[in-house]
Amino acid sequence: MDKQDINTEHSHGYGIYVLVWLGLLALTGLTIAVAGMNIGGFTIATALIIASVKGYLVLAIFMHLRDESMMFKVFLLVAAFFLIITFILLFSDYSFQ
Amino acid sequence: MSANTIVHAEVHVHRDDIGARLGMWLFLFTELILFGGMFIVYSVYRFTYPEEFHLAAQELNTIIGTLNTIILLTSSLTMAVSIVAIQKNKISLSLFFQFATIFLALFFMVNKYFEWTAKFDHGIYPGSDTLLNESSGQILFFGLYYMMTGLHGLHVIIGIVMIAFMMRFTSKGIVSYDNYVKLENTGLYWHLVDIIWIFLFPLFYLIS
Amino acid sequence: MASDAEVIGTNRHEPSYLDYKGKHSGIKGWLLSTDHKRIGILYMIGILTFFFVGVFLGFLMRLELIAPGETIVSAETYNQLFTLHGVIMIFLFIIPGIPAIFGNFFLPILIGAKDVAFPRLNLFSWYLYLTGGTLALLSIVLPGGPADTGWTFYIPYSVRTGTNVILPLSAAFVLGFSSLLTGLNFITTVHRLRAPGMTWFKMPLSVWSFYATAWVQVLATPIIAITLMLVAIERLLHIGIFDPALGGDPVLYQHLFWIYSHPAVYIMIIPAMGIVSEIIPVFTHRTIFGYKFIAFSSIAIALFGSLVWAHHMFTAGMSDAGQFIFSLLTMIVAIPSAIKVFNWVATLYKGSIDLAAPMLYVLAFIFLFSIGGLTGVMQGVISINIQFHDTAFIVGHFHYVMFGGTGFAMFAAFHYWMPKMFGRMYNRKLAKIAFWFVFIGFNFLYFPMLVMGWLGMPRRYYDYLPQFHPYHLISTIGSWILITGLIIMFYNLFKALRSGPVVTEKNMWGGETLEWQIDTPPIHENFTEIPVIEERPYMYKDNDPPVEKEETV
Repeated sequence: MDKQDINTEHSHGYGIYVLVWLGLLALTGLTIAVAGMNIGGFTIATALIIASVKGYLVLAIFMHLRDESMMFKVFLLVAAFFLIITFILLFSDYSFQ
Repeated sequence: MSANTIVHAEVHVHRDDIGARLGMWLFLFTELILFGGMFIVYSVYRFTYPEEFHLAAQELNTIIGTLNTIILLTSSLTMAVSIVAIQKNKISLSLFFQFATIFLALFFMVNKYFEWTAKFDHGIYPGSDTLLNESSGQILFFGLYYMMTGLHGLHVIIGIVMIAFMMRFTSKGIVSYDNYVKLENTGLYWHLVDIIWIFLFPLFYLIS
Repeated sequence: MASDAEVIGTNRHEPSYLDYKGKHSGIKGWLLSTDHKRIGILYMIGILTFFFVGVFLGFLMRLELIAPGETIVSAETYNQLFTLHGVIMIFLFIIPGIPAIFGNFFLPILIGAKDVAFPRLNLFSWYLYLTGGTLALLSIVLPGGPADTGWTFYIPYSVRTGTNVILPLSAAFVLGFSSLLTGLNFITTVHRLRAPGMTWFKMPLSVWSFYATAWVQVLATPIIAITLMLVAIERLLHIGIFDPALGGDPVLYQHLFWIYSHPAVYIMIIPAMGIVSEIIPVFTHRTIFGYKFIAFSSIAIALFGSLVWAHHMFTAGMSDAGQFIFSLLTMIVAIPSAIKVFNWVATLYKGSIDLAAPMLYVLAFIFLFSIGGLTGVMQGVISINIQFHDTAFIVGHFHYVMFGGTGFAMFAAFHYWMPKMFGRMYNRKLAKIAFWFVFIGFNFLYFPMLVMGWLGMPRRYYDYLPQFHPYHLISTIGSWILITGLIIMFYNLFKALRSGPVVTEKNMWGGETLEWQIDTPPIHENFTEIPVIEERPYMYKDNDPPVEKEETV
């Protein structure tokens, strides 16, 4: 078994990273613009959605999650699931107090 | 599996880059949940004291916050391309981008320093008389603000140290075009620091 | 680089890991070793030392409670005793316990690997463990004295008391990282280093349990780390996050504390269940009943166990909806535990049971864990919980689970694997005598707690009403019997290390897992040649007569 094959990865060009960076900057602009508007309860929701999209871009492209095997993705989902379920259960207490 | 029965002359060397990355990702989950715990605290108190949080957030400087966001996003870019450079065996280019990442990280910390000292000058710091006279919601907002950005800043400093080590490894050839998992893992860590900030920024600076 | 030919077929000349000469020799060869087996032994030394300290503190507490009123210590000292007893037993003994000692030593062997995925990180974890332990003990000698908050560090008292709270907090923080890094190491090891042919369903059940535990360690520990850090900072800087005087919410602290600390209960018990699943087939000479059920129930316990934390807080002022949800979830978590118990019992059925010392401890485990588990289900019922909260019933319950469960499983593991680890056999008859002392003493010590708790004896009190005297007296006498048993047991084990008969036989119990196919004690990198796995574990032909056993006394 040749170790080189599994250890070294095919590399991407620089272009995609610059593109993602531009996208992240644009989304930052967007989130600031939205925060300035008065849309009531949706403000926090939009802020979190935009932040999640940005986080997804960083995870998928910068952190190469796109190229990793299924296992890495499942693991990330497990960790995220743990955090989200904890959050929901905690608020099952707080939102009814 | 002949590869497994080979005994190396010195110490047992077993190279497994996927395993190394897996370990790093698992560690990043723990970091994610570490901050997750604080985000939970944040959400509970924001739920309990919505008005006070809006009021307190007006004290924060959105311009510095935005600037720092841009800096950190850019540092993520330089980190990512430093890995591409090493993959293409362009060592000095990779070193340059690693240095750029450190530079941007230091820039971030300098901004943070001015931001914090400005608050201190206004008497806003944990346990200060000014703050203790404010409402509970505002005390909590600033308590969380200092804790969360402080912990994040600590991670930035750790990241700087790690990248500095990577620069040393790269120049000594320990990190090279066919063995760069250390740099990759440092990059993973650095991007996570970025992701945390992506969430911190709107939750503290953009709610006034 | 040595050639392949030199390696294969030379196993008689390979020195055991105990004699192996690496880069360093002597004590340094141990303290700087990255060999998972040596690290396991290092953990064993640390963990047992703290266990003895914890037992001694418990002994003092029982002595104080022998009669009403102040007997040997003041109320303040008693508070410090139970805090230190809790911190040591939980963070330094039972959470690292089985994974750190036996997981480190046997997990790589059981999956046919030469070491864990990150050997140096593994050694680093041990140093973190040592640092944490030192911090916890430092609080005793420094001015202010050890904390008197209870191991739960509940706010607001933990912010107000004048004792050294920050030290045990930072101890728990550091120990959390030690535990988390071990977990991370195990997950990576199981994913990346299984021998060829070792598919998931050919893994021994203890590997499944270490794997499930490792996930809980990785996911839950960061929450306690950040929470305890916040309490420490609250004490230092008054950030207000939990302090009610500044608007903080002490109940939120309890939530965060139990988000970790309830799953931590499963960090303690799942590895113990793994040990039990390992030992039962060997000493019944039968294939384990319901392999997949046992394997998946480990995962299910880890999963559901993370969702039930707030049943520790039914009296803390939660909303009705929250109470209802957490009560329901608590009932659900009992199911996978019960699945395991039924499968173990089904394995025993028609087996040719060999009542050797490890098996005795395992049978005791099933009995005591069932009591501990069922008293736990009772407390999932809110109406009962409100009566029992903070009574001696709770103390009895969790000692049945933690000591009667994990503690007994660990004793079983000592008797099962120690001959393999050190190549020395203990006195089998004395081991059985010690068992009966431990088992009887245990029940005398903790069963009265269930009864007096039911009658209303609060926990964490150094004094009590006269009507509770008989129960406390029985309980204290039980502690003496238990400690006598422990002394006999560890005397027997330590004596075996020094002068017990040498064992070179590879498979002294007739086990069917990989550790029984390698040398006793194992060689430096476990295997001269990485095995190829073809069969599932525990493939005994049903009702085979036991492999000939000589009863050496």
